Amino acid sequence: MSTPTDLLDERLIGRAGVRGAAEGMLDRVRSGDLGVLPVVIGLLVIGTVFQLLNPIFLSSTNLVNLTLELVPVGVMALGVVCVLLVGQIDLSVGSAGGLTSAVMAVLFVSKGMPAVVAVLAALALGAVIGWIYGQILNRFGVPSFVITMAGLLGLLGVQLYVLGAQGSINLPFDSSLVAFAQLAFLPPWLSYALVVVAAVWLFLSGHLHARRRRRAGLSARSVNLLLARSAALLVGVGAVVWYLNQTRGVGWMFVLFLGLVLVMHYVLSRTRFGKSMYAVGGNAEAARRAGINVKAVYTSVFVLCSTFAAVGGVLAAARLAAVNQASGGGDVNLNAIAAAVIGGTSLFGGRGTAFAALLGIVVIQAISSGLTLLNLDSSFRFMVTGAVLLLAVAVDSVARRSRVSHGRA
Amino acid sequence: MSGTVLSLRGITKTFGAVAALTAIDLDVRRGEVVAVVGDNGAGKSTLVKILSGVHAATEGTITFEGRQVTIAGPADAHALGIATVFQDLALCENLNVIENLFLGQELGPYRLDDVAMEVRSWELLRQLSAKIPSVRTPIASLSGGQRQTVAIARSLLADPKVVILDEPTAALGVAQTAEVLGLIRRLREQGLGVIMISHNMADVKAVADTVAVLRLGRNNGVFAADEVSEEEIVAAITGATQNAIGNASGNAIGNVSGNTGGLRS
Repeated sequence: MSTPTDLLDERLIGRAGVRGAAEGMLDRVRSGDLGVLPVVIGLLVIGTVFQLLNPIFLSSTNLVNLTLELVPVGVMALGVVCVLLVGQIDLSVGSAGGLTSAVMAVLFVSKGMPAVVAVLAALALGAVIGWIYGQILNRFGVPSFVITMAGLLGLLGVQLYVLGAQGSINLPFDSSLVAFAQLAFLPPWLSYALVVVAAVWLFLSGHLHARRRRRAGLSARSVNLLLARSAALLVGVGAVVWYLNQTRGVGWMFVLFLGLVLVMHYVLSRTRFGKSMYAVGGNAEAARRAGINVKAVYTSVFVLCSTFAAVGGVLAAARLAAVNQASGGGDVNLNAIAAAVIGGTSLFGGRGTAFAALLGIVVIQAISSGLTLLNLDSSFRFMVTGAVLLLAVAVDSVARRSRVSHGRA
Repeated sequence: MSGTVLSLRGITKTFGAVAALTAIDLDVRRGEVVAVVGDNGAGKSTLVKILSGVHAATEGTITFEGRQVTIAGPADAHALGIATVFQDLALCENLNVIENLFLGQELGPYRLDDVAMEVRSWELLRQLSAKIPSVRTPIASLSGGQRQTVAIARSLLADPKVVILDEPTAALGVAQTAEVLGLIRRLREQGLGVIMISHNMADVKAVADTVAVLRLGRNNGVFAADEVSEEEIVAAITGATQNAIGNASGNAIGNVSGNTGGLRS
């Protein structure tokens, strides 16, 4: 068989099959392209330390709780990833979530509207907030840092105004929203079925793609590698699901979050819009000259981010079964940004994936949960989360320097 | 010669108090290579930016394929079929070769066809005899010459009618320069109009049909390349057509205002 078109250059080092993939990965890590490695190591350290300090930490009950607790801020972090990718920032995701959830609660509880209408109104409000941010950025050129910091304060003010003198609205416990966030779990058979479907789908899509590449005369992943990858997914995720199923199981809210992450992963890696986001974050002028409407990209990304913030806010309200003056306040804003950065999204734009939101929020929530189990109050939580954020950015900076010196930047 | 594809009349561009271009006329026919030459700051890059939609002209008309057009943005230039290779290449360093080649015109907007894009990328790069080992490496890890090749390959992707090359050979090695010049000849054979900005007289004499000289933002002569000597072109560039004193003072003024234009453009 002749050499594939993309491997003709004699300077390329031949790597094939499972072993070649492993060697390639090792090579990337050495040259500073760390990928998810620091996060995985971080999670192992966090898991070991907290488990030694308190054996409840890795119990099925606590992990189930963890998967539910991380969803609201995780969804917000997903929006932050998008904004960071285009080289901007949104400091107001928490406030946007707080305001939109307050509006949702007022419409749903005080005005007696159907839950669907109230939620859709909240999402629409989120979209409008993002659209306004985008317009201010595009028309007046105010840095997004300042725009969203103004938004952070302004939206909080509106939230307090909307909630009124009472300051707190409880969502009824028998409502579909609260049930979804607190009581809705996948039946075990369905959770296993989904894992199997995911593994089979991963193999099939990889196999079809490899076949198309081979037909086009390009190199492709071997069947063994694809099988190994799917088997790893099947065993790894299957084990986690089995462990969660020992108690309450996998929550629908967590599945929703995973679904959003997968959708955003597809948008970022497989659509023209996603590529234009990376291009704008990497070199906005080059993107403009390539005919990309940079302003439209900024606007749509801010709309996306604020809409995700609204989703996160509504989920947080449903989880708490209440909206109050503190909803979306405190450390929510910074946790969402920290999650995106810890997960590997660059603060300088053009680098990161949707999975960064998932990995980052798991780290942050694990720390938060562990410290809570140790009966340490939020003073310690803030200190530790701050230290972890600094560590994550430091690791990224060192890795970036290594990438530059290895010509991979 | 076949019909004119691109025609500029009275193009003027001012940056504040500086007139970078004044009443520029330029014609490009199908299958013609027009070399635009001039000293630093003569307005060459400004002209490129007007044609590619980066800047809008202050005054003047652009006629493309017999229709008067306005180029308000890069998308307009793309739509007309004017492809530009900028001197600073305008590549995204965080994206790989394929992603840069297809930037803004990816195949399958809602489900990227990466196989087709990779095949087409290799075709384009082979056509240019590009020495790029892998199209999946980010631009950041490529050398200057390799980046130039990627930028030129990108301009050909959309089957343009006019290709503008801003200093295409400045960063290239000997073999790659020969390849690019060969490629420019092939573009001409395919009936494309080519505008080549260059400092290199050897390159200009090698491929150009017409040489248009800019000096201090104005037309300073259009020559048929096979009827003009290198000395005559240099004389038109520097304004050294009269006596030595006029030549020297003209040069001094040219450099001062020229540098200002260069900074603004």
